[in-house]
Amino acid sequence: MSSVAIDFAAVNKSYRGKAVVNELAFTVAAGECFGLLGPNGAGKSTIVRMILGMVPPDSGQITVLGKQVPAHARLARAGVGVVPQFDNLENEFTVRENLLVFGRYFGMNAGEIGAVIPSLLEFARLESKADARVAELSGGMKRRLVLARALINDPHLLVMDEPTTGLDPHARHLIWERLRALLARGKTILLTTHFMEEAERLCDRLCVLEEGRKIAEGEPQALIIEQIGCDVMEIYGGKPQESIELIRPYAQRIELSGETIFCYAPDLEQVRKQLRGAVGLRLLERPPNLEDVFLRLTGREIEI
Amino acid sequence: MMRMTYGAAMPANASNWVAVWRRNYLAWRKVALASLLGNLADPMTNLLGLGFGLGLIVGRVNGTSYIDFLVGGMVATSAMTSASFETIYATFARMHTQRTWEAMLCTQLTLGDILLGEVAWAASKAVLAGTGITIVAAGLGYAAWPSMLYALPAIALTGFVFASLAMVIVSLAPSYDYFVFYQTLVLTPMVFLCGAVFPINQLPAAFQFVAGLLPLEHSIELIRPAMLGRPIGSVGMHIGALCIYAVVPFLLSVALLLRRLMR
Repeated sequence: MSSVAIDFAAVNKSYRGKAVVNELAFTVAAGECFGLLGPNGAGKSTIVRMILGMVPPDSGQITVLGKQVPAHARLARAGVGVVPQFDNLENEFTVRENLLVFGRYFGMNAGEIGAVIPSLLEFARLESKADARVAELSGGMKRRLVLARALINDPHLLVMDEPTTGLDPHARHLIWERLRALLARGKTILLTTHFMEEAERLCDRLCVLEEGRKIAEGEPQALIIEQIGCDVMEIYGGKPQESIELIRPYAQRIELSGETIFCYAPDLEQVRKQLRGAVGLRLLERPPNLEDVFLRLTGREIEI
Repeated sequence: MMRMTYGAAMPANASNWVAVWRRNYLAWRKVALASLLGNLADPMTNLLGLGFGLGLIVGRVNGTSYIDFLVGGMVATSAMTSASFETIYATFARMHTQRTWEAMLCTQLTLGDILLGEVAWAASKAVLAGTGITIVAAGLGYAAWPSMLYALPAIALTGFVFASLAMVIVSLAPSYDYFVFYQTLVLTPMVFLCGAVFPINQLPAAFQFVAGLLPLEHSIELIRPAMLGRPIGSVGMHIGALCIYAVVPFLLSVALLLRRLMR
């Protein structure tokens, strides 16, 4: 196995003259969790479809698990597990039948599939639901089944398009825990997300996208230190313009997003003092995160 | 412009399609009884209603009773309808709303594998419908044993033909609303033009010529004599025509769906 799982080199794609993927280059090393982070419309799903060979690029080279894509996408996909953005489980089938049918798509015989189903059910914490119809499962259970299904061919690489979108926090944490277990087993994961928290918790490295362009790449903490490097105060309420005038001398940088002021300053105590007289303000002090990086790089908050 | 090559989208090997067929079989098994009744009720009603009712007025046709004449036409028509409807409704749903193909395309299956599995499945449903009517008709004494067994491969081929043709419609239709045109402007006229319910030698010469170009005509020319226990003429020509109607639209639908789904 090569040490590179996915390689994009100068990849372009446009629809009706509008660039959806723009001179994109990135490399995912084997065994790492790599995140594509960006708002809706940043091109994340198109990139995922390109990895799977479903969208041919206009130009550039894509290599997945050592195979040229899309020319040899079928061979590449044999070693890939996919968690799509929208559940495409068989609703009328049971959990077990879903795994069986999917295993057959990979050319596995009944014996091979039967041998891996128990461990997949255990991994997805669905042992007690093996014979339940998918329609009876909760959203979190369905997502875990999609994850189990993606593992049926024992893939080297997992490609996940927004794996936890639409899940409640409890279900989301369970998925994150399962993904960390997969990373511990040496699997490579590429995931797209617009959840900064998800990217920070899971990704070894990530690529921040805006309108199909890479605007930053690196380790989450390194990006945060490099781009922000100080604590943040979020200021809600009052008259934003007046508050900004008060704190400007003490701030390293100020961003106004909607009605919220994001104040980046080495000494937030000074900022707090300036605002002491103002009425109706709510202040939240916190360490910087990827949300701030995104705001810094694009001048806007990530829109979901 | 780097294009998806048609070669990479064609069936990858001789067995991949079976997984798709088996997926559909598993889904069908859960609703088999209702599906069987639905598939058989319509053609049986037509056969008995027209056969007895119209048969009284018509008398004998081509040297046989009208209902005996009608059996071959109804078997071919039901194979056509069954394969067509399975494809334009159920297959379209699997491509579109149910996202079944989307899941399949994430595996080592190619688009061609999926289409071949779908077409084979629709042909299987045609065989089910066609043989169902054949068995009932034989039970009632309207089909000749054992020559009606020769009809089975022709029914299967008819299923492949109309599944492939419907796949082209599926690959072009933006939504379900367009399928009704295929049904009313193509399938229904074909039933009358191709001699399913009356002999085509009653039609003007121009219409007979057109009929000779249509796939259902070739199906009926193979199935009807088998049902009546008569020798089948020009077997090679009819089978050849049907094979062209099965293969060409299939290849066309792979190309069209490649452009629709993978761009």
